Amino acid sequence: MATRHIISIGDFDRSGIDRLLDHARQIDSKKYDRNALNGKILAVLFFEPSTRTRMSFESAIARLGGTSVSVGSVDACSMAKGETLADTIRVVSGYADAIVIRHPKEGAARLAAEFATVPVINAGDGAGQHPSQTLLDLYTIRQSMPIDKIDVALVGDLRYGRTAHSLASALSLYNARLHTLSPTGLELPDTLATELTNKGMEIINHDSIEEMIGMIDVLYVTRIQRERFPDSASYFNVASSYRITPELLTKAKEHLIVLHPLPRVDEIDPRVDESPHARYFEQSRNGVPVRMAMLMDVMQ
Amino acid sequence: MTHTGTTDENERLLIRRIRNGTVIDHIDGGEALNVVKILGITGTTQEALSIATNVPSRDMERKDIVKLTNRELSKEEVDRIALISPHATINIIRNFKVCEKKGVEIPTLIQGLVRCPNPGCISNTNEPIQSKFRVLPSGLHCYYCDWVITKDLTSYII
Repeated sequence: MATRHIISIGDFDRSGIDRLLDHARQIDSKKYDRNALNGKILAVLFFEPSTRTRMSFESAIARLGGTSVSVGSVDACSMAKGETLADTIRVVSGYADAIVIRHPKEGAARLAAEFATVPVINAGDGAGQHPSQTLLDLYTIRQSMPIDKIDVALVGDLRYGRTAHSLASALSLYNARLHTLSPTGLELPDTLATELTNKGMEIINHDSIEEMIGMIDVLYVTRIQRERFPDSASYFNVASSYRITPELLTKAKEHLIVLHPLPRVDEIDPRVDESPHARYFEQSRNGVPVRMAMLMDVMQ
Repeated sequence: MTHTGTTDENERLLIRRIRNGTVIDHIDGGEALNVVKILGITGTTQEALSIATNVPSRDMERKDIVKLTNRELSKEEVDRIALISPHATINIIRNFKVCEKKGVEIPTLIQGLVRCPNPGCISNTNEPIQSKFRVLPSGLHCYYCDWVITKDLTSYII
């Protein structure tokens, strides 16, 4: 049987996503074998900083009875000595039963899958793919409403934000309507917009949050990075106009949920945390059952 | 090859018949040099190479022709041409006679031919891999990073 990898959300069809989310829900309700991956080792190869993704993968393997090994800091590993990723992957394949990788170069996980003899899970490659984030985003939406034909707003840096790209692609499988709001220069890339439109997705671009807040079921906020702006003044100008506040949410549908891949900086007012609309900490917590389902999917 | 009419007479003057080798005909006007590039033919090639550009044609408004002596191109090599000149025809010549005549088919995957324009792509590093692109109606999709090349393909030829 061919080794199963999880590299891109585009590798899934709708039934594949639904199956995995169903499994995650089962795990979430404590109906799973705690020794399902007993004796199995997960290699955690993170060549970029990460808190949530890394810890939730490590937590996921531990909850299934397995263990994890990691390279520690990037400076201390052999890649710092000039070893190619291909060689690193070939070597690590001999130490572990699966590899989860985060790397600054786009396509790194796809390359890793070519050289690995064990399953590879992509935990983010540059501005490219981050499928486990998308799966937990979908899982969080599904906890509140059926994903079918919903109105989802993507707000923030839609040009470089890999989580927004992957989520938009996945939502096209569910006939969702997309609303976008982003600063000039940080719009959804044309190639992706065209691809989504060709798949039959309706995309509506907006000029303000107020304009769309009453129309949407999910508000997905992403971080706008300060370094994308020429100076602090223009950053703060944009950041303040995109800020989600309790006042804004009074105009929202009752069942609207606010999501954010975290870490947040200025995008969401901390007062929103207490609102019934806020689901971003729940979303972060959902990383564990979703990643447990992913690990079981490729390692069993 | 049969030649009739003044145009073809002129063309024959431009490029001599070859005894053995490959004639690539019906190349889109102005694309001959890119065809040569795509075939990996460089200044160090030993074989005689003839190129005619913007030749008047009955079927096309103008066309380019490339003749390469003593080398028969493989299907994989010629199919690459389809990326920039889908109407090209390939004639394999043996002892002045056309032994094989075929069109070009757009390949589904091209490897090691085009560089990914994305500077952040893993294929632009020192990894032991060749670039790889899936050929889809929307353009060339990088196998590694999903970057799509929709225009100016020739400027990315390695």
